[in-house]
Amino acid sequence: MPVVDLAKTSLRELNAALQKLGADTNETSWTVLNPSGEHAVAAGVDAPVSITIDGPVGYFCGGMNKHATIVVDGSAGQGVGENMMSGLIHVKGDASQSAGATGRGGLLIVDGNASARCGISMKGIDIVVKGSIGHLSAFMGQSGRMVVFGEAGEALGDSLYEARLYVRGPVAGLGADCIEKAMREEHRAELYRLLEASGEAGTVDVGEFRRYGSARKLYNFNIDNVDAY
Amino acid sequence: MSEKDWIPTTPRKSHTFDDYTLSEIRRAAATGIYDIRGGGSKRKLPNFDDLLLLGASMTRYPLEGYREKCGTDVTLGGRFAKNPLRLSIPITIAGMSFGSLSAQAKEALGRGASLAGTSTTTGDGGMTPEERGQSKYLVYQYLPSRYGMNPDDLRRADAIEIVIGQGAKPGGGGMLLGQKISDRVAEMRTLPKGIDQRSACRHPDWTGADDLEIKIHELREITNWEKPIYLKIGASRPYYDTALAVKSGADVIVLDGMQGGTAATQEVFIEHVGIPLLSAIRPAVQALQDLGMHRKVQLIVSGGIRNGADVAKAMALGADAVAIGTAALVALGDNDPRWEGEYEKLGTTAGAYDDWHEGKDPAGITTQTPELAARLDPVKAGHRLANYLKVMTLEAQTLARACGKSHLHNLEPEDLVALTIEAAAMARVPLAGTEWIPGQRF
Repeated sequence: MPVVDLAKTSLRELNAALQKLGADTNETSWTVLNPSGEHAVAAGVDAPVSITIDGPVGYFCGGMNKHATIVVDGSAGQGVGENMMSGLIHVKGDASQSAGATGRGGLLIVDGNASARCGISMKGIDIVVKGSIGHLSAFMGQSGRMVVFGEAGEALGDSLYEARLYVRGPVAGLGADCIEKAMREEHRAELYRLLEASGEAGTVDVGEFRRYGSARKLYNFNIDNVDAY
Repeated sequence: MSEKDWIPTTPRKSHTFDDYTLSEIRRAAATGIYDIRGGGSKRKLPNFDDLLLLGASMTRYPLEGYREKCGTDVTLGGRFAKNPLRLSIPITIAGMSFGSLSAQAKEALGRGASLAGTSTTTGDGGMTPEERGQSKYLVYQYLPSRYGMNPDDLRRADAIEIVIGQGAKPGGGGMLLGQKISDRVAEMRTLPKGIDQRSACRHPDWTGADDLEIKIHELREITNWEKPIYLKIGASRPYYDTALAVKSGADVIVLDGMQGGTAATQEVFIEHVGIPLLSAIRPAVQALQDLGMHRKVQLIVSGGIRNGADVAKAMALGADAVAIGTAALVALGDNDPRWEGEYEKLGTTAGAYDDWHEGKDPAGITTQTPELAARLDPVKAGHRLANYLKVMTLEAQTLARACGKSHLHNLEPEDLVALTIEAAAMARVPLAGTEWIPGQRF
């Protein structure tokens, strides 16, 4: 049960120790104290360990994470879980903009709100935001799923590819080529599994969500669509 | 007036409405869409041919051509990185993607660069095993699209190049058209086969130099502070961009002029945005000097570098190294007259073929069509590239020795004069035969 106090230990030492861990490590449960908004806390970890961060973090916490479970007991700055490959990142507070940007796998949970560009360019990650998300979220989202309990800002899913978006509250506006789609049974089942994975199965009704996805009209450049650009 | 007295006027074509312009108007009128092509600016621009090296005479001692050493090595990234790149020659291979180029072409670039002791660079499509396997020094590009980005490849790289922009289209993103999206390209980019793949013009998780500083810090943390971090910028406001790159914590700055190529962009963008490399180097060097960082943060310049004279002149203006893209593709076999019959079928001619985005390249380089790509033997093409790099290096050494320099890095602006007023002003060297540097404040 290693405990690393960032008031006494440098970020470099912490990240170097975490990045050295292998798949068979015995040190599977870490606690980080006094993160005090440091950037890149627990970035680049590649081991199935659990890391609890006791307080708010700055930019890019858990960046490019593989396999690790990272819990932030506070809020997270810009780009939390950016390009994460697998594992779980759970922010118990709010997340700033570009949460889960370009993420390729794993699950990002935000208990509070996420700001603008949540899930921008997502490439396979699943994102569950229990509050609301800001404008231009899921911009150019390629793959993966996003679940939002609250509201979505302007231009949701602009230039969306194959990411699937489930939003319970009002959406201020849809971006280019993003449309509302029917919630069929397989989507309700998929949403339920995502809620289960984030510990919220049964706490919210999947029937209250609406599904958004790509109209696929801008997939190949066509001069007739020029007004959309 | 009799017929005998009539003197015909020679038909006169407009300089403004020349044949190309007329054909483009007709093409636009017929199709309703702008022209997209690959490559860099084709217009006549001030370039290194407008500069001359002075050589030694009574006031300077030359070095013996075949006896005295003229060093060519360069170290890149020593500012913060634990493992800077130590290259044998200051000519690197610029970033070009798997997707825009075939896997064979990427492998050939790696082979040629390795034989010459220099680096090659990935592009907007991730890192292929062929390229990594054949590249002694591989620079991994970190682009807005983040196609294929993952921490394992990041750690496998020898350096990381954060791409802010490129000379062909400063301020622009990109698009790989669906016809080049094979199964393998699609899988690497996490997108369906056959659809256009857009590359954003801005990074998704940072905006501005302050954020970028934090992003660079994160990349260093993920890679144990081992890898040199480059910043690539398209030449537009080189003084301020260079200053901000230094502030952001870059180890190396890559400055790409408007002659630098692209896989595909609008013709209007290529020809009308950005500035020529000749005009960009001195402001960038000035920024480094003003910050006391010249030679501490290295400057790689690219965009229309063709031969050893260009290398020597770029370095005399203050660059630490150069990068080549278009010229490297030509060395591999791009636009070779041996394929003239096929170029004609495509409505073009060898030397002018630039529809790289269509994937029909007869030379098998800018394509994902297996039958075409198989035309390029990566081993032989790699040797051609290595030969070309060797010649460029020998040429640059020849010129440096003539100026009395025992290392290419010892070349300096004082070794140069300009043939035109424009070049004198841009390169900040005197017009030949005068002491006049236009545009300087005294």
